[in-house]
Amino acid sequence: MLDSLMSLFGGFAEAVTPMNLLWVFVGCLLGTAVGVLPGLGSSMAVALLLPMTFALDPAGALILMSGVYFGGLFGDSTMGILAGTPGQPSAIATSIEGHRMAKAGRAPQALAAAAIGAFIGGIVSAVVVVFFAPALADFATNFGPAEYTALALFAFVATSSVVADSVLKGLSALVLGVGISLVGIDSVSGTERMTFGLPGLFDGISLVTVTVAILALGEVFHIASRIRRTEHLTQTPETGRPFLSRSEFRESMPAWLRGTAIGLPFGVIPVGGADVPTFLSYGLEKRLDRNRRDPQFGRGAIRGIAGPEAAGNATTAMAIGALLALGLPISATAAIMLAALRQFGLQPGPLLFDRAPELVWALLASFFIAMIVLLILNLPLASVWASLMKIPAPHLYAGIAVFCGLGVYATSSSVFDLALLLVIAVLGLVLRRYGVPLAPLMIGMVLGPLAETNFRDALLSSGGSYATFFSSPLSIILYIVLAAALVYTMIGRLRGRRVGDIGGASASADAEAEHAEDQKVS
Amino acid sequence: MGSPPTSGSTQTRGSASPGKKIALTIYAIIAVIAIATATFFSFSSSSQAGDLRAGLTMIAPAGAGGGWDSFVREQQQAMRLSGVARNAQVVNIPGAGGTIGLARFSTMNGEASTIMATGSAMTGGIELNDSPVGFDDVTLLARMAEDYDVVIAPVDAPYDDIPGLLEAWKDDPSGFRWTGGSAGSLDHQVVARLAQEADIDGKDITYIPKSGGGEAIQTLLSDTTDVASTGYNEVSDQVEAGRVKALGLTAPEPLDGVDVEPMVDQGVDVVMGNWRGMLAAPGITDEEKTELLAMLEETRNSEEWKDALQRNSWTDAWMTGEDFEDFLAEDQKNTAELLEELGL
Repeated sequence: MLDSLMSLFGGFAEAVTPMNLLWVFVGCLLGTAVGVLPGLGSSMAVALLLPMTFALDPAGALILMSGVYFGGLFGDSTMGILAGTPGQPSAIATSIEGHRMAKAGRAPQALAAAAIGAFIGGIVSAVVVVFFAPALADFATNFGPAEYTALALFAFVATSSVVADSVLKGLSALVLGVGISLVGIDSVSGTERMTFGLPGLFDGISLVTVTVAILALGEVFHIASRIRRTEHLTQTPETGRPFLSRSEFRESMPAWLRGTAIGLPFGVIPVGGADVPTFLSYGLEKRLDRNRRDPQFGRGAIRGIAGPEAAGNATTAMAIGALLALGLPISATAAIMLAALRQFGLQPGPLLFDRAPELVWALLASFFIAMIVLLILNLPLASVWASLMKIPAPHLYAGIAVFCGLGVYATSSSVFDLALLLVIAVLGLVLRRYGVPLAPLMIGMVLGPLAETNFRDALLSSGGSYATFFSSPLSIILYIVLAAALVYTMIGRLRGRRVGDIGGASASADAEAEHAEDQKVS
Repeated sequence: MGSPPTSGSTQTRGSASPGKKIALTIYAIIAVIAIATATFFSFSSSSQAGDLRAGLTMIAPAGAGGGWDSFVREQQQAMRLSGVARNAQVVNIPGAGGTIGLARFSTMNGEASTIMATGSAMTGGIELNDSPVGFDDVTLLARMAEDYDVVIAPVDAPYDDIPGLLEAWKDDPSGFRWTGGSAGSLDHQVVARLAQEADIDGKDITYIPKSGGGEAIQTLLSDTTDVASTGYNEVSDQVEAGRVKALGLTAPEPLDGVDVEPMVDQGVDVVMGNWRGMLAAPGITDEEKTELLAMLEETRNSEEWKDALQRNSWTDAWMTGEDFEDFLAEDQKNTAELLEELGL
């Protein structure tokens, strides 16, 4: 452990040169800027930068990329909070409450809570990576398909609080999400599912396309459909100081820590990056909130931002650690970083720490620097970003619409995907109009494939015996927790329908507000 | 919209005086015209045949970070550094085993300045997806590199070589769990070939597809699978680190610096390469084809490309003209047979 510490200091010595500091700064700025555009998430930013890194020395290149990576993640949330149009699945959970805060004129506080959450999650997991990477590698091997199946089921239940406000609508959105995730060629049997013979659907519909379509472009359509009817879209007055007050800070602290704790383990297990933990953290915060005297969720709860944001960044930093220590690319961005490491003749994996220690430690040190730079960059900038809200809605949302198309086209260079984007966005508009919550749809898309693949893998592996699902202590524990949670919820329900929080999931609150307004108009 | 200052100015623009508005409108018109002209000329110049080296576009028919993507980006890099083409661009057109890229490419009649990567996965993709377009619809350029699959098992597995593995497999054909790349991929075909060698019916193969070597190893270590077939370069470090043991390579002969015995040397006649090559658009002239081939050959002979081969554990497999055509026909025939065997 002392060795690790010494090596880390060596890494800092390597990373803290004026040139590298400049790179990390440029990276954070670029990443944030790209991340702000819907559909152009952190993985896109890193991919675009990949050719540029050829010109740099390995340490500089990796440092630049980690800046871009974390900057991109942060940018995603920024736009989600300000305009309600998250560009990446991992920013969805943050934007639900975040956008409500922004609408209530508390955008700078929401951004600050997100920035600090990202900082805490990132720093804590960077520390964990530094000291425990090898132990985590061993931990990950305990997870087989049976455990993942249990985990996916657990996540379904744990995130169900976003569904529970309107059971029928929530469940139909969830089923719709799972349905969309099934499109494509089945990986085990090679059978086409719901592709209608269109080659463009053979690889399935990407989560990013759906996120951008449903949440970003769908929101644009929704705003456009109401632009002459609602006046409050522009010029939201800001209230409070442009930073967190002490009570807000105290309020967020537990959420930051809980989010980090949820996010950490997800960095080493391949369940699709930061999406699942952000939803889990959101679900937990919402559940805890209900039991408080003065529930905040639905009105813009700062904890609904602090938790998911910390969870997302904790996972991300861990995922890069897992990449270095295991050679296992957990997320798309990690896969591109892997490609970048290979450019320098480095093969991530168990030998990397022996072969190129100075680089690994420089990279880990640059994590710390990137986090700090991002915090310095974004805390003062929070109110500047928040002034984006002052752009008249037509201009702002037209710009967002353009970038939605651009982002989707840039990743696939296919007109088909643009058409798909439009079709799904219209679907998103319809869902919004009828008050169907959208978060369950996204959760279904993330968790559906996870549950399905692992369920089948487990059965294939056991030769068709269902006993495999209960054969390890880990999965049994997960099922027990699951059963306990279900029983607890049911007892709660039987005691009489408690008044939940004010809004439903994402759209239902808007829909209610809309109805009220419609009635006023008529 | 990317940065706060511009957004701020948009806002002031909204409330600007009429005179300012006119100035802004004129400015906008000029900007649009300038950008449109520039775009038009950059397109028209890049499609001029005589200047292939100045504006080459390379299509990777896969997403960023994948196998074809790195193959194309390594070429781009080697071309730039060795001066073959200083300004080559890479475009990703992912989907359906490369056949979406192929379908798009087959419509770019006569566009010599665009070339596309191809390889084993595309042969498989065409066959698996019953693709309406095939290699006949484009111009074949060259096979450039190859890499090989390795069969790996957990360190405590009771066999150390391929014959031992096949014996164990025969004892319990369907209870033996394989893993590797997606269904129908080269990894899966290697398993089908080994099944043929062991007289095991293709229907009895239990195969759990994963997205790459890293994930395949995770399933070995969590005892979800017994043995994996995957690209050697994806798992070489894990083998060297002793996390898994390698049983045999699908290479025709031992590879430099690789301490794994080829299957043929173990008496199991399985030789399968994961080849990668380049295609040109249909309908290009012979001069253009010669020029493109010359560019590829210069790239292949560059020091930078040799480094790239080494870095990625690729083997040089340069092949053009009729040899390449014959090889491709043979590859398609074998692939079709193996996929049939697998019931795909």
